Amino acid sequence: MATRLSGVARAFGDRVVLDSLDLVLGDGEFTALLGRSGSGKSTLLRALAGLDHEVTGTIDVTGSVAVAFQEPRLVPWKRLLANITLGLDAPVTKAKEALAEVGLAERADAWPLTLSGGEAQRASLARALVREPELLLLDEPFSALDALTRITVHQLVLELWARHRPAVLLVTHDVDEALLLADRVLVLDEGRIAHDVSITAGRPRHREDPELVALRTTLLAALGVSPEGRS
Amino acid sequence: MSVVELARPIEKARATPKGPRRRVTAWHRWLSPLALLVVWQIASATGLLPERLLAAPADIASTAVELTQAGTLPTAIGVSLQRVLIGFLVGGTAGIVLALVAGLSRAGENAVDPIMQALRALPFFGLIPLFILWFGIGEEPKILLVALAVSFPLYLNTFSGIRGVDGKLAEVATTLKLSRGQLIRHIVLPGALPQTLVGLRQALGVAWLALIVAEQVNATTGLGYMINDAREFLRTDVIVVGLLVYSALGLATDAIVRLLERRALAWRRGFLA
Repeated sequence: MATRLSGVARAFGDRVVLDSLDLVLGDGEFTALLGRSGSGKSTLLRALAGLDHEVTGTIDVTGSVAVAFQEPRLVPWKRLLANITLGLDAPVTKAKEALAEVGLAERADAWPLTLSGGEAQRASLARALVREPELLLLDEPFSALDALTRITVHQLVLELWARHRPAVLLVTHDVDEALLLADRVLVLDEGRIAHDVSITAGRPRHREDPELVALRTTLLAALGVSPEGRS
Repeated sequence: MSVVELARPIEKARATPKGPRRRVTAWHRWLSPLALLVVWQIASATGLLPERLLAAPADIASTAVELTQAGTLPTAIGVSLQRVLIGFLVGGTAGIVLALVAGLSRAGENAVDPIMQALRALPFFGLIPLFILWFGIGEEPKILLVALAVSFPLYLNTFSGIRGVDGKLAEVATTLKLSRGQLIRHIVLPGALPQTLVGLRQALGVAWLALIVAEQVNATTGLGYMINDAREFLRTDVIVVGLLVYSALGLATDAIVRLLERRALAWRRGFLA
């Protein structure tokens, strides 16, 4: 089943962003994709989402794909519930359940512009998950949230993942976030997967876990940052 | 109150209509027009402002009552309103349909937009002689002039509204597997609506203008005829009544669009208020 990419390439003019990239994402696997800014991690995600028509190579995704973007991208002229059901044949009760799952049952009639950043991002997750995807793509969905909201939304994503078990590809630039959430962490560099590490620590995880501490140093080095330089 | 008051967003001002300061300001705003009216009445009464130039406000008011009672004014309003309505419907439909054709496909844009841009450059009041030659002096040239005037603001605004729809939402539509029809219905058209409503307000303004011009040229009925006829007899009171009715009708139609705007764009109220 799994999602397979082979020989995936994409260039913007002379700049090669993805260079004959191979990757397999296992079913139900939570993968984080790290990379420096401009390393092509969003390009890879967009290719998987079917939003990039100029990418070459083979992308083989079985089952449906859903995306939650960096900005929630709710349709502003549709009330929350209508946003969840947009393009969906499933009954309304299912959409209501999805809203309840992310704690927004009461806001079903609200206009998206009246939601807080955290609420809108949770709604965006509900809109993705109500489609029961086999592959859930998360494009830095936490980066615009404040630190406290981010912690609760992290928890929420883990809960939803545990319940629905889609394969998840989380694009992020935050090493700690990747270590806290994922089973597997990839580092994209020069258009290819430069590092591919698995995390065995159980959840909930703590930043001080020796495995995570060691991995953090490795990953930061892979990203070209020396940990000593950080406070 | 400060001497220099900066313009503030209209929506904001409307969102807080109450409060004592606001009420006092609203009342103050009536003072200067009232004063002007009083000065005007005095000038007329003392003969400083002769009636053949401009009738006194009191005379204008009584003339309005007379014209209404005699049925002249309601009939004229009915005729003019009908011209604007039909012209508006014809021109508005044409403008919006053309904007959809041009906005929704590149081929449509190539077919429609160059022609519309070229026609837009024509001074449409200059078309009156041609319209008279083509359609005579009946209702058609008047209605068509209104229709032509209305179609451009609606076309231009709807077209740019469609093209201005956030590409990020179109991507969402792709990831949600919306069909092209669903994309147009749920994303493109509602996204273009605010701009279309701007076009609608412009169109209504220009519709009345086009009607006034059309009715000046050759009319045997309607408000324009009433005004022209009054000129022959130096009835400045009737002329002013006609002008006031024109502006009242213009304001009324504008108010209707604003009401429409408030209902259709309710989703924006949250963040404007």
